[in-house]
Amino acid sequence: MLVLHLGGLRCKSTTVILGTAVATRRDAKPTSRVLWVDRFLTVIRIAFVVVIAFGLLAFIAQQIDPQNPLARWLNPDATGLTAPQFKGLLVTGLAQGAMYGLIALGYSMVYGVLGFINFAHGEVFMVGAMSGMITSNKLADAGLWEDAFLFCLAFVVITSILISTAVAVIMERIAYRPLRGAPRLIPLITSIGVSFFLQNVSVVLLGPGAKSYPSLPTWLSQKRSLLGFEIEGTKLVVLLTAAVSMAGLWFLVERTKTGKAMRAVAEDKEIAALMGIDVNRTIVTTFAVGGAMAGVAGILWGILFRSVIHTTGFLPGIKAFSAAVVGGIGNLGGAMAGGLSLGAAEATAPLVLLEPLGVDGVSQLRDAVAFAVLIFVLLVRPSGLFGERLSEDDRA
Amino acid sequence: MTATSANPSMVETPGVAWRKQIRFALIGALSSVFIALAGMPVGLDGRSIIQPVLSMGFLSLLWVPFVMATLAGSEVVLEGMTARTRDSRDLLAGGIIGLGSAGGLVLLMVLIQNFNLRDPLVNWSPQLLNLLSFNRSLGVGALLWLLLGLILGVLGAAMHVLPKKLCSRIRTVVLSVLAVSVLETFLTDLLEGFGLEALTDFVYYKRGGLEVGGALLVAALALIIPLLVGTRIKDVKEQVVGLPAEERKRVNLILLAVSAALLLVLPFFLGKIANELLANVGLFVLLALGLNVVVGLAGILDLGYVAFFAVGGYTTAVLTSPNSPGFSPELPWPIALIVVVVITGIVGLFIGAPVIRMRGDYLAIVTLGFGEIIRLLFLSDWLSGWFGGAQGITNIPGVEVGIGTVKGTDPRSVFLLVLVFCAIAIYVSWRLENSRLGRAWMAIREDEDVAEAMGVNTTNTKLMAFVVGAVLASFSGAIFSAKVGSIFPTSFLMLVSIIILVVVIVGGMGNIAGVIVGALVLIGVLGGPKQPGLLQEFSQFKLLIYGALLVWMMLKRPEGLVPNVRRTRELHQEEFLQDAWLKGEIDTDDQEDLQ
Repeated sequence: MLVLHLGGLRCKSTTVILGTAVATRRDAKPTSRVLWVDRFLTVIRIAFVVVIAFGLLAFIAQQIDPQNPLARWLNPDATGLTAPQFKGLLVTGLAQGAMYGLIALGYSMVYGVLGFINFAHGEVFMVGAMSGMITSNKLADAGLWEDAFLFCLAFVVITSILISTAVAVIMERIAYRPLRGAPRLIPLITSIGVSFFLQNVSVVLLGPGAKSYPSLPTWLSQKRSLLGFEIEGTKLVVLLTAAVSMAGLWFLVERTKTGKAMRAVAEDKEIAALMGIDVNRTIVTTFAVGGAMAGVAGILWGILFRSVIHTTGFLPGIKAFSAAVVGGIGNLGGAMAGGLSLGAAEATAPLVLLEPLGVDGVSQLRDAVAFAVLIFVLLVRPSGLFGERLSEDDRA
Repeated sequence: MTATSANPSMVETPGVAWRKQIRFALIGALSSVFIALAGMPVGLDGRSIIQPVLSMGFLSLLWVPFVMATLAGSEVVLEGMTARTRDSRDLLAGGIIGLGSAGGLVLLMVLIQNFNLRDPLVNWSPQLLNLLSFNRSLGVGALLWLLLGLILGVLGAAMHVLPKKLCSRIRTVVLSVLAVSVLETFLTDLLEGFGLEALTDFVYYKRGGLEVGGALLVAALALIIPLLVGTRIKDVKEQVVGLPAEERKRVNLILLAVSAALLLVLPFFLGKIANELLANVGLFVLLALGLNVVVGLAGILDLGYVAFFAVGGYTTAVLTSPNSPGFSPELPWPIALIVVVVITGIVGLFIGAPVIRMRGDYLAIVTLGFGEIIRLLFLSDWLSGWFGGAQGITNIPGVEVGIGTVKGTDPRSVFLLVLVFCAIAIYVSWRLENSRLGRAWMAIREDEDVAEAMGVNTTNTKLMAFVVGAVLASFSGAIFSAKVGSIFPTSFLMLVSIIILVVVIVGGMGNIAGVIVGALVLIGVLGGPKQPGLLQEFSQFKLLIYGALLVWMMLKRPEGLVPNVRRTRELHQEEFLQDAWLKGEIDTDDQEDLQ
């Protein structure tokens, strides 16, 4: 009863602020004239497209013949990419992209349910990678890592899932639950604080230096050829694990009661509560599932790069968020697809688009490319490639 | 339920909530263990507060039982209820919390003695064990900790039992002893400037910390001064408030002039360290004032604010340094500054225009992306022909003014320069806040749709916020590069944006005084991203503290230390309405609506 009264009050106060009876329909903006900002945006959009088209053109020219005049004019040192090089880049990109996709699921699910960016999700991933580092090193010290690798890997994955799930759930309980219903930016700022805090907890507890995973058995890191691609075993493991996790998540969300509850809460919290769904528990489950996915991604990071430091979570976190936006936030399949395409884009774009244009040191600009993709998608198609799935309230 | 049933019917709040006490005891235990494992006791042991008695390392553990007991004892008195009378059971609860916190430490000591987890946990060392057991055996150490925990817990709970006046006296004494000890570097510098070495020698121990005598002196002063002047200040304040508007304005002006004159004279009495410190604080005040316009007034969360600082710094470096690799006109600093302001303003427009239409949270991430892109571009080989890549730009000359050169080697001149720009920034922010533009910003912050419906051109207004913020940051960047004399991409990490954000939020979003207080407290005491503060020993923990502070502020006091009245009302709208409703203060119009 009390809540309902207050709800009524809040509506009342909004109208008081409004003063007069001005309609506030979000879809009917009063301005119809074209502002200079819109023109500027159009120019930026066109510039983006022109750079991409020109880069592709130059790339094709360079592939046909590195000595042809167009390619020579843009980049005198043009050499062109060989097919195996390109395939190698693509596979590396896809493997990283799969990892981004796994992290992106956490961002996407939380955004779908609560409508805010859990900036600290990248740090949950870092915690997963760190705990994997600790357990795998302990196992290697005990001499088990080499002998029973698969068993050890399973153990490491499970502990890391448990730990990052616990971190995600505690985070929700302490930092986010008290802020439910606060203005939109408040939980976002809080999550930045949580992210900063977790990074530095790792520094003070585990020390500031980079730490490495024990070396992997040779049969795993060997190259294998598959469908005309030369794939390193580790990347294959990453792609497979991501596929399995994604399938598991799809099953959970689409085929179980918990998943149904999650979808209902994402659609409309109040009505879900009226239908007898425990909203708090569903939100905790969402965080837990996201945390578990981040834990898996953490181990994959360990397998791919074998080195982890307290800032490990930052860039992959931002890129994963970009992936979630690229795929359409709130859309789980979209998050995975967005991750894969972002990974592929950031691995190939520097060499395919920028190198033929004559930019030096392109590999340094990988991260800049990832951010540029995010900006481009938000400018051209803010709802993502596959459309966002959000409740009416969050689509503001 | 109707509004009438909410009329005050004096009910006493129920007794001690034991569940809550147990929970706080557990939190206390966990925090103590975390602090111990984070290495604070060992790392901070070198800095003493009161020479042989108390070091900052122990203080980092001792506050836990006290604060936990105080927090657990505080109860929200609901409207229409009276606070219950406290009795010995409350003290008992405090004692339990203290014992719990100390119990965590004792458990940790036992574990350290029997297991070796040094491998992942870097601070799991015999040194920590020695420190925790006061260099005695484990049993003695454990007993001492339990005793200390018990005493501190009971004291913490006693803060609610003792009369209010006594508590506030105790708080002033403790806080002033702590403050005098923390401010040591600054105060010795200042007192030596006045030729009062004898006093500092009496108060401070040679290698840091207060002498026992000094501590007693400070405590005595903290007790006596409020007794002497406490009521008088209040009287004077009331008198000033009671004056007619014209005269009050004049009094305020005089006060302002006096404090400005004091600030201008201050650097001449300070030594190098204190001036350097204040110059750093000033740089962050400039940055924070700029971000305050963007976040505090217009409500746009810009996480890439460091980009403007970087552009300001790099443009100055390119224009003034003879070593600039690409283009080196070697302009004098004041002329360069004009170009810098123009360029940063344009960059502000260019970054602002694409993001202005996005939703608030996307905007935050995209500006963060822009911040990183700009840093990566400065770092890249591609543009190293212009900005020197990782080698940066060196040999940036100082600022030539008529009397001398402002350079990093002379912190006093830097401080004076920073002071001038801070004054400009404060004046600009103050005038803007009360201008048409400022009101438009605040309208957008409160509700963008409504603001637009009321005829505010939201796009241009938001862009103006970006540009004003960018220009203020560019001042800071220009002074920074002249001060340091060289510039590298590593000075412009995302970290800087977050730290400025923490300063603005802790101080109080949308409040000029709050922002200055935030910068003084955080940058002055803890230090900036690379600049040391008064507590240099804290350098390895300061980022941890910044993170924790940001979360805590957002949860408990989102309006900041020095809140802006209007912002507070926005953030606590529901609570205000609830209170008003419970007290029956809502207009009859609204009540009709409710039924």
